[in-house]
Amino acid sequence: MDMLTVTIDGNKVQVPAGSTILDAAHAAGVDIPTLCYLKDTNVVGVCRVCVVEVEGAKSLQAACVAPASDGMVVRTNTPAVREARRTVLELIISNHPYECLTCERSGNCELQALADRFNIREIEYEGEKHKFPVDSSSPSIVRDPNKCILCRRCVSVCQDTQSVCALAPNDRGFDTMVGPAFADDLMEAVCTMCGQCVLACPVGALTESDATEYVWAALADPTKHVVVQTAPAVRASIGEELGMPAGSRVTGQMVAALRRLGFDKVFDTDFTADLTIMEEGYELLERLKAGGVLPLITSCSPGWIKFIEHFFPDLLPHVSTCKSPQQMFGALAKTYYAEKAGIDPKDIYVVSIMPCTAKKFEAKRPEMTSSGYPDIDAVLTTRELGRMIREAGIDFPSLPAEDYDDPLGMSTGAAVIFGASGGVMEAALRTVYEVVTDSELENIDFEDVRGIEGCKEAQVDINGTVVNVAVTNGLKNARQLLERISKGDADYHFVEIMACPGGCIGGGGQPIPTDRETRLKRISAIYEEDRNMPLRKSHLNPQVQELYKEFLGEPLGEKSHELLHTHYVPRSRV
Amino acid sequence: MACETCTCIGEITDEQREKVREIIDYYEGKSGVLIQVLHEAQQVVGYLPREIQVMIAEGLDIPLSEVYSVVTFYALFSLKPKGRNVISVCKGTACYVKGVDAIMEKLGEDLGVKGEDTTDDGRFSVEIVRCMGACGLGPVVRVNEDIYARVKSDQIKVILDKYE
Ligand code: SF4
Ligand code: SF4
Ligand code: SF4
Ligand code: FES
Ligand code: FES
Repeated sequence: MDMLTVTIDGNKVQVPAGSTILDAAHAAGVDIPTLCYLKDTNVVGVCRVCVVEVEGAKSLQAACVAPASDGMVVRTNTPAVREARRTVLELIISNHPYECLTCERSGNCELQALADRFNIREIEYEGEKHKFPVDSSSPSIVRDPNKCILCRRCVSVCQDTQSVCALAPNDRGFDTMVGPAFADDLMEAVCTMCGQCVLACPVGALTESDATEYVWAALADPTKHVVVQTAPAVRASIGEELGMPAGSRVTGQMVAALRRLGFDKVFDTDFTADLTIMEEGYELLERLKAGGVLPLITSCSPGWIKFIEHFFPDLLPHVSTCKSPQQMFGALAKTYYAEKAGIDPKDIYVVSIMPCTAKKFEAKRPEMTSSGYPDIDAVLTTRELGRMIREAGIDFPSLPAEDYDDPLGMSTGAAVIFGASGGVMEAALRTVYEVVTDSELENIDFEDVRGIEGCKEAQVDINGTVVNVAVTNGLKNARQLLERISKGDADYHFVEIMACPGGCIGGGGQPIPTDRETRLKRISAIYEEDRNMPLRKSHLNPQVQELYKEFLGEPLGEKSHELLHTHYVPRSRV
Repeated sequence: MACETCTCIGEITDEQREKVREIIDYYEGKSGVLIQVLHEAQQVVGYLPREIQVMIAEGLDIPLSEVYSVVTFYALFSLKPKGRNVISVCKGTACYVKGVDAIMEKLGEDLGVKGEDTTDDGRFSVEIVRCMGACGLGPVVRVNEDIYARVKSDQIKVILDKYE
């Protein structure tokens, strides 16, 4: 590869051709401030906080977009550069609410951090400020356009990564507002509630809809039996939210923290992930046998479900009728568990800890009440749980590891990998293979379907039948796959789709930042967790077996249909 | 008040819909045609209400967010129908120098609109034009076909009162 020599603040560095000045500065160990820039996603050069001096150039250059060239001499910290950066920041702040004290992103806000770094203590010109209405229409995401700095990172993610295009810059000049068309609420737009825009936003203009208040109230209510379930991906990320390195495995500490917060029972979504494999595995087998609609597509990711409802309603018969593990858990907590524990289901309050903002929307879908009550009462993201643990003053890293409660706390390694793209597929293959062949699967690691790539494929020979599978993550990749399925040129039997890049470990409710690097670390944590589990196949989960014996009967049986399966609704494409 | 001669605000005729559909059909499948389609549709309907934007988004298979983003970006496109009376304010250099900004401000105050816009009752639309060729007489304001020269802010109300 051609290398360029660039001088950054007097130091020579070598960078590959095609690098920007920002890349070169990075290589030289110089941190140029950025706001609108989001690596690989939003490279538009609009905010100009990253300006630098280039020898021979007439004006300051935006480092995030300006290409580096051989022999270039760059200065990143001159009076002119500092002045220009301060002016950019002051202009942004002059039309920004001073709400840091009450803002969710305080302490993790890129604008606040830069204001501090550039020692901005006073804003000379008090500009005209926006007074847009705050959009809290959805159970998932709050949009406060008054805090928006028009960087367009959310627009790029929603358009290019997710191909949803719910957001765009509207109007001109001072009136510019990034949001849905016609200033609609997110609930009226084609938004999937995936929350990838929340991860992308540098400030507090996009945040999750906070439910901690309801959970605190339930915990303080002596008449409520409050149970909690934790999604597979949260154990690989909650540590990060509480100051530990990315990819820390903290399952036991998380259970301990939840007990200290006062939950009556600490259960695991992994239990119903194992159950999902039983139901979905049998659904696949039945479709294969009976010539049903193929490929069967997974249904655990509610952002993905809303996406197909909006954009490919014709393909809905492909989607598994299985509820997601979160919803299966709620339905069982208020029936099976209520019965077993002798508690009136109306007194049971079910909280889920999810890496996902779309799960909040899913829990509020009107059809999710098959127990006679809302299956789920409150959904918290990883970030909100972190907030509660901090508020309670719990020293998370030093907690002893504790175990989940029975019976809804028992799980296998097949369930924990639901947290990473490819995990549902791998877990299903482990079980379907053994159920069909009645013999032990020797190599249970399906490496081909793991990882962060957009589309992964594998072929598995099950008793002479070749099963073709595909796995995809991120909604743009999903769209491409669905277009192929639509045209009939995708010959798969089983397809796994997750709305978020990398799967749930990269979900919209995860710690910020969530970037490629943190995603990869969380993925390794998930597979390490799997390797350390005594049982690694869903059908071997003894509590799941008991559930079928005592309560459900058999997979796809009548009770399963009533409690664990659901249906979908076509939605508008615009 | 019942309208006898004009179409009510927000009402689109079936004939207009049909014409817009023809425009969409003509351009469908070609790329980079959004602005052209919006322009032609606006010529047919007079403005670009939500219904028409949705038709265009669906017909061209373009996200509604993109259509709306383009419509609101260009001053040429309007979300509201033209008012019964069109006030053209000259912002050419000469008129600008002679203080047309004060006129705009007064218009905004009296009509409750900001910049180029249409009043909610559909009585007036304000639009900005460049030089009407009467530079010596600035600031120049035209209402429908009537030209007003050397307009002062305190004359605005009297002028507006002439139009229903
Ligand atoms: S977005 Fe950032 S700068 Fe703005 S109020 Fe919130 S913390 Fe403060
Ligand atoms: S939640 Fe997802 S679909 Fe909705 S606006 Fe954000 S990125 Fe787009
Ligand atoms: S909402 Fe956030 S990400 Fe989107 S443009 Fe505004 S500041 Fe940027
Ligand atoms: S970060 Fe470079 S222009 Fe915004
Ligand atoms: S500038 Fe107004 S008429 Fe010429």
